[in-house]
Amino acid sequence: MAINWTALVVFVVLFVFITFLGFFAGRWRRGDLDQLHEWGLGGRRFGTVVAWFLIGGDLYTAYTFIAVPALLYGAGALGFFAVPYTVMIYPLLYLVFPRLWSVARKHGYVTAADFVRGRFGNKWLALAVAVTGIVATMPYIALQLVGMQVVIGAMGIETSGWVGDLPLIIAFVVLAAFTYSSGLRAPAMIAVVKDTLIYITVFAIIIAVPMKLGGYGPVFSAIPAPKLLLPVPPSGTWGMFSAYGTLALGSACALFLYPHSITGILSSSSGRVVRRNAALLPAYSLLLGLLALVGFMAVAVGVAKMPEFADGFKRYSNNFSVPAIIIAMFPSWFVGVAFSAIAIGALVPAAIMSIATANTYTRNIYKEFLNPAATDAQESQMAKIVSLVIKAGALVFIFFVPLQYALWLQLLGGVWMIQTVPSVILGLYTRFFNGTALLIGWIVGFGAGTWLVMENNFAPVYPFHVLGTTFPCYIALAMLVLNLVVSTVLSLVLNAVASDKHLDKTVASDYV
Amino acid sequence: MSDDRDEHKPVKPVLWARLLFVLPFVAMLWVSSYNRIEPMVAGIPFYYWYQLLWILIAAVLIGIVYRVER
Repeated sequence: MAINWTALVVFVVLFVFITFLGFFAGRWRRGDLDQLHEWGLGGRRFGTVVAWFLIGGDLYTAYTFIAVPALLYGAGALGFFAVPYTVMIYPLLYLVFPRLWSVARKHGYVTAADFVRGRFGNKWLALAVAVTGIVATMPYIALQLVGMQVVIGAMGIETSGWVGDLPLIIAFVVLAAFTYSSGLRAPAMIAVVKDTLIYITVFAIIIAVPMKLGGYGPVFSAIPAPKLLLPVPPSGTWGMFSAYGTLALGSACALFLYPHSITGILSSSSGRVVRRNAALLPAYSLLLGLLALVGFMAVAVGVAKMPEFADGFKRYSNNFSVPAIIIAMFPSWFVGVAFSAIAIGALVPAAIMSIATANTYTRNIYKEFLNPAATDAQESQMAKIVSLVIKAGALVFIFFVPLQYALWLQLLGGVWMIQTVPSVILGLYTRFFNGTALLIGWIVGFGAGTWLVMENNFAPVYPFHVLGTTFPCYIALAMLVLNLVVSTVLSLVLNAVASDKHLDKTVASDYV
Repeated sequence: MSDDRDEHKPVKPVLWARLLFVLPFVAMLWVSSYNRIEPMVAGIPFYYWYQLLWILIAAVLIGIVYRVER
C-alpha cells in the first residue's frame, strides 16, 4: 500500500492538537492532583455535558466502532445484538448507578471494590471484585490498540516489524505522559474533540454512502438472505433467538461494572447528572447502531473484491471493512479526519481504563494489603505509576501475544465481570447477602464460567438443556444465575449462624 | 435551571413510572417479534429499523421517568 500523505498530515496535526490538550487539561478546574479522587475521578466535578462526552467516549470505544460493523459485515444479523444491548443498559444506569454515586460520595469511595469493602466489611470479597475488574479490563485496553493499528496500517504505513510498531509506541508514550500528569481530566477534555470528530465521521458515512449507492434499498439487497435475519429455530430449541437475547442482556448487566464505566459515573458531579445522562447517552447508541450498518454498506460497495484492499483484509480480516469503505468513498483529507477520530477514539477509553485499573489496584490491593498507612499523596503517586505499568503491559501484550488471545480474554472478561453483579448491584439495594456467601458465589461463577468457555472452544453461547428443550444461552448470564443461587442459599444459612450485618458501614440514607 | 441545592435533592422513586422500564426489556428480549423483513422503511428491513427505533423509545421513557421523579 502506498502512503496516503494528505490523510497522514491531517492525522498527525489532529494528533498533535489533542496531545497539547491532554497536557493542558491538568490545569482545567484545577484540583490537588495529589489526592486520588482528584487525579483519578477529576474531583467528582463533571457536569451533564462533560460527563456525557466522557462516559460516551469511554463506553463507545474505537474498537467498538471497528468491530461492530465488522461483525455485521461477517456474521450479518447476529452482529446487531449490540443494539438491544445498548437499549437495555440505560434503564439500568438510571436505576442503579445514582445509588452508587451517592454512597461513594458520602464515604469517599473511588472504586466498586471500595463500596463492597464498606458495605460487607469483607476484604477478601472486595479483593475478588477488584481483581475481577483489573483482569477484565487489561485485554480491553490491548484491544483499543487494535483499532489504532488498523487505521495506521490503512494509511499505508507498514505496521509489521520494529519500525512498524513505532507509531503505536509513540501514541502510547504520549497517552501515558498526559494521563500521568493530568489524570482523568485529560481524557475528559480530549473526549469532547474525539466525539465531535466521531459524530462528523459517522454522519458523513451514513449519509454519503447510501446516496452514492441509491438509498438503503441497494445496501440491504446486496446482503445474502440468510445473513439478513436470524435463522428461525427448529423445534426443540430456542436457537439463535435465545442466543441473541441473552448475549444482549448479559452484556448489558456487565457493562457498567467495568472499572472504567464506574470511574466515568463516579466522576459526575451529582446523581442527577448520572440520571440525566441515562436519557442523553442513547445518542451514542444510535450512532453505533447506524455505524453497524456500515458493515453492510461495505458488502454492497464490494470492498473485499477491490484489489487495493486485498492486503488490508488479509492482515486485519473483517476489521478492515470500515477503514476500507472510508478510503473507497471519501477524499484523502476526510480519510485523515475519520482515521484520527478512530485513533483518538482509542486513546480516550485506554486512558480511562488505565486510570480506573490504577485506582482499583491502589485502593483495594496496595492500600488494603501492602501499605495500609499510605498517605493521600502516596496513594495518588502509586496510582500514577500503576497507570504507566498497565499501559506498558497492554503494549507488550499486543506486540508479543497473538490477537486471538486478547479476544478470548475479552470474552472471558465479560463472564468474570458479571459475577460482581450480586455484590455491587444487588448490594446497593439489599444487605440480605452475606459477604462470605457472595465470595463463594463469585468463586463458583468465575470458575465454572471460565471452565465452560474453554470447554466450549471460546464460543460465548452454550446450548443448555432445560426441561427437554435446548436453550442456547450466553455463558456469562447462565453463570450469573448459578452464582446467585449459591449466594442466596449460603446467605440464608450464614445469616442464621454467623451474620455479618453489623459490619455494614453504610446506612439507608446514604443511598438516595 | 436548577440551582446547586436542587442537584443534590434526594430523588423520590415513583413506582408506576419506573415500571415503564420493563418495556424495553420485554421488547428487546422478545426476539421472534422483530425477526422479520416486512414492513420495510426506506429500504431498511423491519429487524433493523425496529431495533434502532427502540433506542429512541427507551431514551424517551427514561426522560419521562426523570421528569416525573424530579
